[in-house]
Amino acid sequence: MFPNRAAVEGVGDAMELAEVQGRSLWADARTRFFRNKAAVASLIMLGFVAAFALFGGFIAQYENDYVNFSLIGSNAYLGVPSLETGHYFGTDSNGRDLFARTVQGTGISLMVGIVGALVAVIVGTLYGATAGYYGGRIDGLMMRIVDVLMSIPFMFVLILMLVIFGRSIFMLFLGIGLISWLDMARIARGQTLTIKNKEFVEVAVATGVHPAKIILRHIVPNLLGIVIVYATLLVPNMIIFESFISFLGLGVQEPATSLGALINEGSRTMQFGYHWQIAFPLFFFVITIFAFFFVGDGLRDALDPKDR
Amino acid sequence: MSLLEIEDLSVTFTTADGDVNAVNGVTFNIDKGETLAIVGESGSGKSQTAFAAMGLLAKNGRASGIARFDGKDLLSMSQREFNKIRSKDMAMIFQDPMTSLNPYLRVSEQMAEVLMLHQGISKSKAVKEAVRLLDAVRIPDAATRVTMYPHEFSGGMRQRIMIAMSLLCQPRLLIADEPTTALDVTVQAQIMQVLADVRQDFGTAVILITHDLGIVAGFCDRTLVMYGGQIMEEGPTDNIFADPAHPYTSGLLKAVPRLDKDEATLATIAGEPPDMSHLPPGCPFSPRCAQILDNCRAQRPALETTGQRRRACHLPVKEVA
Amino acid sequence: MTPLLSVRNLSVTFDVRRPGSWPWTPSLKLHAVSEVSFDIQPGECLGIVGESGSGKSTIARAVVGTIPSSGGNIFFEDHDLANMDTRQRRVHRRDVQMIFQDPLAALNPRMTVGEIIAEPLITHEPNTPRKEVKARVGELMERVGLLPNLINRYPHEFSGGQCQRIGIARALILRPKLIICDEPVSALDVSVQAQVINLLMELRRDMGLSMIFIAHDLSVVKHISDRVLVLYLGRVMETAESHKLTTAPEHPYSQALISSVPIPDPVLERARPRPILEGELPSPLRPPSGCVFRTRCSKVQPDCAQARPALENVSDRHFVACPYHEAQQVLAVSG
Repeated sequence: MFPNRAAVEGVGDAMELAEVQGRSLWADARTRFFRNKAAVASLIMLGFVAAFALFGGFIAQYENDYVNFSLIGSNAYLGVPSLETGHYFGTDSNGRDLFARTVQGTGISLMVGIVGALVAVIVGTLYGATAGYYGGRIDGLMMRIVDVLMSIPFMFVLILMLVIFGRSIFMLFLGIGLISWLDMARIARGQTLTIKNKEFVEVAVATGVHPAKIILRHIVPNLLGIVIVYATLLVPNMIIFESFISFLGLGVQEPATSLGALINEGSRTMQFGYHWQIAFPLFFFVITIFAFFFVGDGLRDALDPKDR
Repeated sequence: MSLLEIEDLSVTFTTADGDVNAVNGVTFNIDKGETLAIVGESGSGKSQTAFAAMGLLAKNGRASGIARFDGKDLLSMSQREFNKIRSKDMAMIFQDPMTSLNPYLRVSEQMAEVLMLHQGISKSKAVKEAVRLLDAVRIPDAATRVTMYPHEFSGGMRQRIMIAMSLLCQPRLLIADEPTTALDVTVQAQIMQVLADVRQDFGTAVILITHDLGIVAGFCDRTLVMYGGQIMEEGPTDNIFADPAHPYTSGLLKAVPRLDKDEATLATIAGEPPDMSHLPPGCPFSPRCAQILDNCRAQRPALETTGQRRRACHLPVKEVA
Repeated sequence: MTPLLSVRNLSVTFDVRRPGSWPWTPSLKLHAVSEVSFDIQPGECLGIVGESGSGKSTIARAVVGTIPSSGGNIFFEDHDLANMDTRQRRVHRRDVQMIFQDPLAALNPRMTVGEIIAEPLITHEPNTPRKEVKARVGELMERVGLLPNLINRYPHEFSGGQCQRIGIARALILRPKLIICDEPVSALDVSVQAQVINLLMELRRDMGLSMIFIAHDLSVVKHISDRVLVLYLGRVMETAESHKLTTAPEHPYSQALISSVPIPDPVLERARPRPILEGELPSPLRPPSGCVFRTRCSKVQPDCAQARPALENVSDRHFVACPYHEAQQVLAVSG
């Protein structure tokens, strides 16, 4: 209960009250998130996958590009997954250790997804928030640029780029970066339009706060809820997109590999009974995607704007 | 027998943070043709009491106690039985007419639907009756405007349409939940006049739920003051205003700026509206009461009747400031 | 004495597009505020009262500078705020601050109370050392009746009344000369309203602030203001000292308004003549010609439709925009 002023003054004189820690909306959302069992389980799963990608290399018995020529041709017997030979996941048809390759592939796929999502978040949010805040002609121009870029069929452009400039991880990141921020810009702009009509933004304008500061201090933090949710759903989409490119044979170049490329290779040897060659990469691929979706769902429930 | 009898009514909501008692043991009656005001601020439970009586509580709400309309037990009624009473015997109008009217249906359709459902008459007859009522609430050009959509009317007009809709079946009891809070003061005066006319012409009993002491003074025979889900006091409006017998009522009357008085400062009630999930076991007003006694927080004062008045307070009447 | 704020013929017009119209059709003009003039002396509180569509919030925003005006001048200490560029305007922003209606919506939910109150200070005096900023924030929190140790709490952890106090603290940290309160107590419970009203009056007295107090509740406006301005459809109907306006209003609209205000006194309510103001508010897109109030006025004459009545100076600082004005006591005020 709030005491009257005389009481406040009395208390202030008597002692220095310790500052009370505030409970921010993020803390509330965190509590809500951790109540969601599926989301927490998925988060742990993602942690496991990330650990696998980061530290798996230390457990691997072989390097990922070491070719064991003696195994070629006798994969069905010697290339099976076993603990004794050290090929925990078996070998691929070229005699390379599948465990080490899967570790590498998972790492690269995750990196592609996360970099894509990061580019989208940073570039897209700032772009969209600025367009939404200024409104009018600036907004019109900025969003028309987005519209034009969106209407370009990126798959073809990317494939063209990869064919002309060669396949490299850099090209892949460039291409994915070019596409991923567009949707985010639209979403950020839409949310900004709602936020900028709120009274606390008007107060900031009335106080004389500089527009850049208003965007960074007032608008973007209130956007982050939607942005984070969308970003976590963007990561698996990027991974799938990259996998598709790799599946077409245009993704990362050997000896580097990604989950998509591994699945591509594995799918070709399936008919010979070497099921492990597709099973392991596919397993990691599927659990990563599912985990991101569940976490994204959990985040959306936790950050539900209805509660604001 | 009173028209509506409420006895020891309690409403509890189950929330993620535990059970919340919105209404805690409320008892009152209203007779035919009477006007009763239920006055309170946020957290007083005034609206939830009405919702419980009308069977409109949210899914996570439970009502216990007794609520009888014309002798029929309301709390144990099924939705079907309730639908028969609602609109025909008991009607309710709400604060925001825009959300109470279906924006996709014409006014004539919405009003005719009620009549066709309850009286089984034809659509053309129903629309005629609707126009008659719109005239009664003084909607200009009712015959032409009845075919318009709700959004084509102003706020004050929509509220009148709501009143007209609630009167279609000539209910004996009308519950108005903050009917004028969202309206301008001149429109408010118009609406209160409409309600006064309705009461005079149709003999409808009206329960007016509000926080505005001004409109209570101008309209209601009796006033019931609620705080923290409980009744603080009740009595004829004239008496309550002239001689409040409860520190809360007295504080409220002094805290309201009056147009006809030049005051230097307003006497305030200290503190904030109650947190309904953490009420003291005794009197809910005790944390803010300037005249609190030792046992107020722990012991809930009983509702005592003296003549036409009731009050729940440990402090003797004479000492109420 | 030179007025602190001198508004002359202020107009604010919005362009309204009819839905479904072609991009080249000229849009309709909504005259939210039409040639409004008033003065505020230093230390004075002017109440602006009006119903929906009166334009009172629009005037507030035009004076504070969050919406552009379409005509007229806003002289603040001889500087015309209405016709300044953004950079010059920013300099004067620290002198004119605003308090809003919805206490919670006026506070950024992602910032702590301390950050919210400190923001104006950091914006205009960025070189203030952090310790001093904190000290000033704490001082102001106490001044408005909040415990300073709550400085790290977030807005949603406070009640409506406390949020409003935070808004007041933020408005005062730069020691402005003029505070505009836009319906500051309408969203609060009655018992809390009185606390905030008393606080505003106390602060005004102690800090020598000038105030514009906007509300639709005439009882509150009269209580807190020295003078009151009555608006209808964006135009001034009457301006007078508050006691005078309540006891002897001259304009028919003021008279109707005062008659409509309910008073918590059953005996008085029954005894009062209550002429009801009939009719509806005209659409601001198509205001009536001449005097905009004529469609609902009990004293309407044929020539009211001809020309817009000028603001007549009836007596000392008492202005009425009606050629047929006549003082009428609708209410007896005591105390």
